Amino acid sequence: MAPNTLSAALLIARKDLAIEFRTRTAFFSAAVFALLGIVIFYFAWDPTAVAPMDLAPGVLWGIFTFSGLLGLQRSFGIEQADRAIDALLGAPISRESIYLGKAIANLVFVAAVQVIAIPAVQLFYGVPLLEHAAVLALIALLSAIGLVAVGTLFSAMAVNTKLAEMLLPVLSLPFFVPIVIPAAQATARLLAGRPAAESVGWLKLLLAFDIVFVVACTLAFPFTIEE
Amino acid sequence: MGSRTHDSVITARGLGRRFGGRVAVSDVTLSLEQGDTLALFGPNGAGKTTLLRMLAGLLRPTSGTGMVAGVELPGGAELRAAIGYISHASMLYAALSARENVELTARLFGVRNARAAAMRALERMELADRAETPVRQLSRGMQQRVSIARATVHDPRVVLLDEPFTGLDDSGSAALGAHLAALRAAGTTMVLVTHQIAEGLALATHAAIMRAGTLVRLEAGETIDPATYLTVYREHVTHGA
Repeated sequence: MAPNTLSAALLIARKDLAIEFRTRTAFFSAAVFALLGIVIFYFAWDPTAVAPMDLAPGVLWGIFTFSGLLGLQRSFGIEQADRAIDALLGAPISRESIYLGKAIANLVFVAAVQVIAIPAVQLFYGVPLLEHAAVLALIALLSAIGLVAVGTLFSAMAVNTKLAEMLLPVLSLPFFVPIVIPAAQATARLLAGRPAAESVGWLKLLLAFDIVFVVACTLAFPFTIEE
Repeated sequence: MGSRTHDSVITARGLGRRFGGRVAVSDVTLSLEQGDTLALFGPNGAGKTTLLRMLAGLLRPTSGTGMVAGVELPGGAELRAAIGYISHASMLYAALSARENVELTARLFGVRNARAAAMRALERMELADRAETPVRQLSRGMQQRVSIARATVHDPRVVLLDEPFTGLDDSGSAALGAHLAALRAAGTTMVLVTHQIAEGLALATHAAIMRAGTLVRLEAGETIDPATYLTVYREHVTHGA
């Protein structure tokens, strides 16, 4: 009997992570991109004009957004090589499980980049990010879910086009905005030492966008791959 | 052959597919029973791959009806569970080993003891000793054998092959032919799209020629003359006989 949606999704996610673990191309590209971005912002920053507390949240979420795109680009790229996607589409599993499997693998990918980038931002900008590790991890997780939900769907749509590398950011970035704004606002309040209640509203907004994006993208995915 | 329905594993009645205004496949009618092998010939762009993808449930027909393994096209999970699909692209992940590729498919098809089933499938393809080798390190011929192991690990009733001989040398083609003959002997129904007339006819119980999206000739094995078939094929393809 063929696996249910969740089991099939986990099989596909495990396969994607095994491939990434062996090749490491996308992860190293994204990690290096994130670190270089943090360094460039650091040298372009005038600490006498802008306080690090004001700058760090924007740098952090800007970097996550763009470095995440590198991994999302590869998500369906590995399926196009040798038409491996046909083997997945020919299996007796739901189309949704393919999307969810890809999204789970992308979530791990983005989280791994976050684990490298967050300490780097603390190091360069001297902001106490790791003092708020638990809440920051929650913000990072919620924002990663939203970014990955949208990005995985658009990766599937863009991969069959000639302009895939350009199309993915163009399609994705406008939908990333509702994720990046609450994430940056919640992080800014966290770093400023504001009461936790001030961040709760932003976190609820983030959660709401996550639910909408995950549900909508899961339902839309089968239509993007049907010929 | 076109009118058979009793015990048919594959039937198509007026099956067609359009892409926008372009007709890729038009009015295809055929019927195959268990153990039959249809060799489907035709020039590039004749619609062979489109027909195969419709039979595989990967492409939705825009006209006509079809049934594969008792499931009406375009089918769903039940149809896909009965089919093994092999194309000239390996459909394998280069970074994974041969065993991991086949085992992944076995798990996605719900095969019990997936790892053991994957090893058995690789043994049938005489690749057990290369099971842990990453696919990118295998020759083209070996990759094609892994691809067959992947497509048959779940013992499908129907195997659809899209130009499987492409890129293989003579020994690779001979080995592939022997594996396909074994599948046919085991009662698997196959549709084989190929440009290699001799290899196709060697396996076929039925042969068909497709041109411009339509079947222009379709015959059962006993009426096929391999000695003259190339001439017949050229007449149909070049002159539209």
